[in-house]
Amino acid sequence: MNDLLPLLVAVPLLGAALLVAAGRRLPRVVADSVACAVSAGTAGLAIVLSLNSSPPMVEWVGGWTPVEGRSVGIVLIGDGAGLGMAALASLLTLAALAYSWRYFEEPPRRHAGSFPALVLLLQAGMCGFAIAGDLFNAFVWFELMSVVAYALTGTRVEEAKAVQGALTFGVVTSLGAYAMLMGIALLYARTGELAMDGIGRGLDAHGLPDALVLAAFVLVLTGLLIKSAAVPFHFWLPDAHAVAPTPVCMLLSGVMVELGVYGVWRVYGTVFAGPGGIPAADLERVLVVLGAVTALIGAVMCWYQRHIKRLLAYSTVAHTGLFLIGIGVLTPQADDGVALYVLGHAGVKAALFACTGILLDRYGTVDEHALHGRARELRGVAVMYVVGALALAGLPPFGTGFGKAVTEKAAGGSLTLLYVVASVVTAAAVLRVAARVFFGLGPTPADDPEYETTGAGERPETRHRLSRIPDTMTAVPAVLLAGSLAVGVAPGFGEVVAHAVNEAGSGGAVVPAPHWTPAGVLLDLASTVLALGLAALAVTRPDLLAAPSHARPLRRLQSGHVGDYVAWVLVGATLLGALALPGLLA
Amino acid sequence: MDVLPYLVAVWIFLIGCYGLATSRNLIHAVGCLAVCQSATYVLLLAVGYRDDATAPVFSDLEPGARPVVDPVVQALALTDVVVGATVTALLLALVIQVAKRHGTVDPDELSELRG
Repeated sequence: MNDLLPLLVAVPLLGAALLVAAGRRLPRVVADSVACAVSAGTAGLAIVLSLNSSPPMVEWVGGWTPVEGRSVGIVLIGDGAGLGMAALASLLTLAALAYSWRYFEEPPRRHAGSFPALVLLLQAGMCGFAIAGDLFNAFVWFELMSVVAYALTGTRVEEAKAVQGALTFGVVTSLGAYAMLMGIALLYARTGELAMDGIGRGLDAHGLPDALVLAAFVLVLTGLLIKSAAVPFHFWLPDAHAVAPTPVCMLLSGVMVELGVYGVWRVYGTVFAGPGGIPAADLERVLVVLGAVTALIGAVMCWYQRHIKRLLAYSTVAHTGLFLIGIGVLTPQADDGVALYVLGHAGVKAALFACTGILLDRYGTVDEHALHGRARELRGVAVMYVVGALALAGLPPFGTGFGKAVTEKAAGGSLTLLYVVASVVTAAAVLRVAARVFFGLGPTPADDPEYETTGAGERPETRHRLSRIPDTMTAVPAVLLAGSLAVGVAPGFGEVVAHAVNEAGSGGAVVPAPHWTPAGVLLDLASTVLALGLAALAVTRPDLLAAPSHARPLRRLQSGHVGDYVAWVLVGATLLGALALPGLLA
Repeated sequence: MDVLPYLVAVWIFLIGCYGLATSRNLIHAVGCLAVCQSATYVLLLAVGYRDDATAPVFSDLEPGARPVVDPVVQALALTDVVVGATVTALLLALVIQVAKRHGTVDPDELSELRG
């Protein structure tokens, strides 16, 4: 079984190479079919492996096994959490490829294979990152998925905004990757190891943490938090999501951002968790503070968007904050909750992006104000949009509600309130869009030229505006929503996830399997009702909730200027260091 | 221990970040990103350096005859160079497209995405 681990990366890489080599001669249908077959095969392999991942698999690539406890080879770790992320990434890749079946009516001329090949490369990078057991190798996969993501974001090179968003994304994320590499070099200098558990053992053997460990921690976390778009590292995300083609947004928001959170969890657990690493109280302070700020700022900014893709992107920022809090409280139960939440969120968010893509291709705009009442005839899409929004609020029995309830219970206290507030505001924003766009409720919003990206004047991504929506474009969001529902209702699924996560993260801690509790259901229902109420208020009485003047400075921070974003990265890295410092001084 | 190479690496990284934050030209900004990356090369090579050691090439060297520098960091630095070349090439290609579509490479004039 171990031997199959490298195939998770090799199969999509080979598929991509095949498509690049033969793509010129292949008709469109064949290229898409090959890509779907490859990603489906990888997804199947990842699922089979993750079902057999207890005890976790370890594979030294090329047979370079450690000698006398010291290793120079590359190790892949196939535990439940890593293989689960690989399976999620592969399934979403398949969904994105199926969605784009009829999406780009005209692929780049004479290059039918280039878009699916890039998507497969992204899949390879994500799978590789998920199963990397070696810190430098994780950096290489991190860079592979980043570079492919920049290219995919800028797929429509003829669009001015697209190249600008892709460039910002590229500069900020690459800077993060180099910071991460410097952290890895410092860890190698201290321990002489690159395998994550080897570094962890080396740090513990060296004794109490010092400035070098702190510096390495800050540098590695900076890279991972840029990927996971935590405030103040998040500025690239709304810009990239606003301009990327919709299938790419599904992948970026559904799983790539979450892989950053997964990286934080994995690196802390195996490298920095021991006595020679960063004390638990410090990590908790870092992640809970950053997560709370991220959730609040993401929710507020989400509320004030009228560009629907940016709105969904900020909703992802807010949820990332909730995930970070969940892994930051450092209890096995919260880890289980976050894993379920991530699975549920991936389906819902990808489905919402897919529905937004239908709007874009049918009406040529994603501006909430311009679309007011125009999409009345899309009944099926309207239903999916509302269901997706309610699932985002945590409507039982969706996987999002299940994960949120479990995490809330484990986090406890005032953090519960934060979970409710962030999910209510982000869901209410999506519901407001649905009410206005699909049902034409409320007065037509006044068109004031404000300081913002409106989403008007976007070009549809298909050759012509769609007069009829292809079945693939409606089937994919429906399946994704069904998947998110299955996470919450499938009997025993929570138990399987909890077992996989705890075996990988907390050394097999035996905790009761997550299950629905009356309190959790009530909180989820309350969130849903609150979201409906807030959306109703926003639609019927827009003046009451119009942007107050003190929200303006917050929005001006999102200036679209790459230099500003780099400056914020430095501020964020300093903040990380300051938050982690007290435990080292004690 | 000689800390100078480590200080040099930190300095190069920070000066690259300063350049990125204040750049008025996107080609210059991509160059600054490459400067940040060269800080990682300096750091990696400084980590693997040993006094009086030679290159880890054993074709003309008796194993154990004399100390060699750490070959692992050299492999890492080479991988890093490949990664950096890819990133720089892609970003420069995007800058060309920005110049074509916007008619400028000054980030101060690119203000379509905001709020």
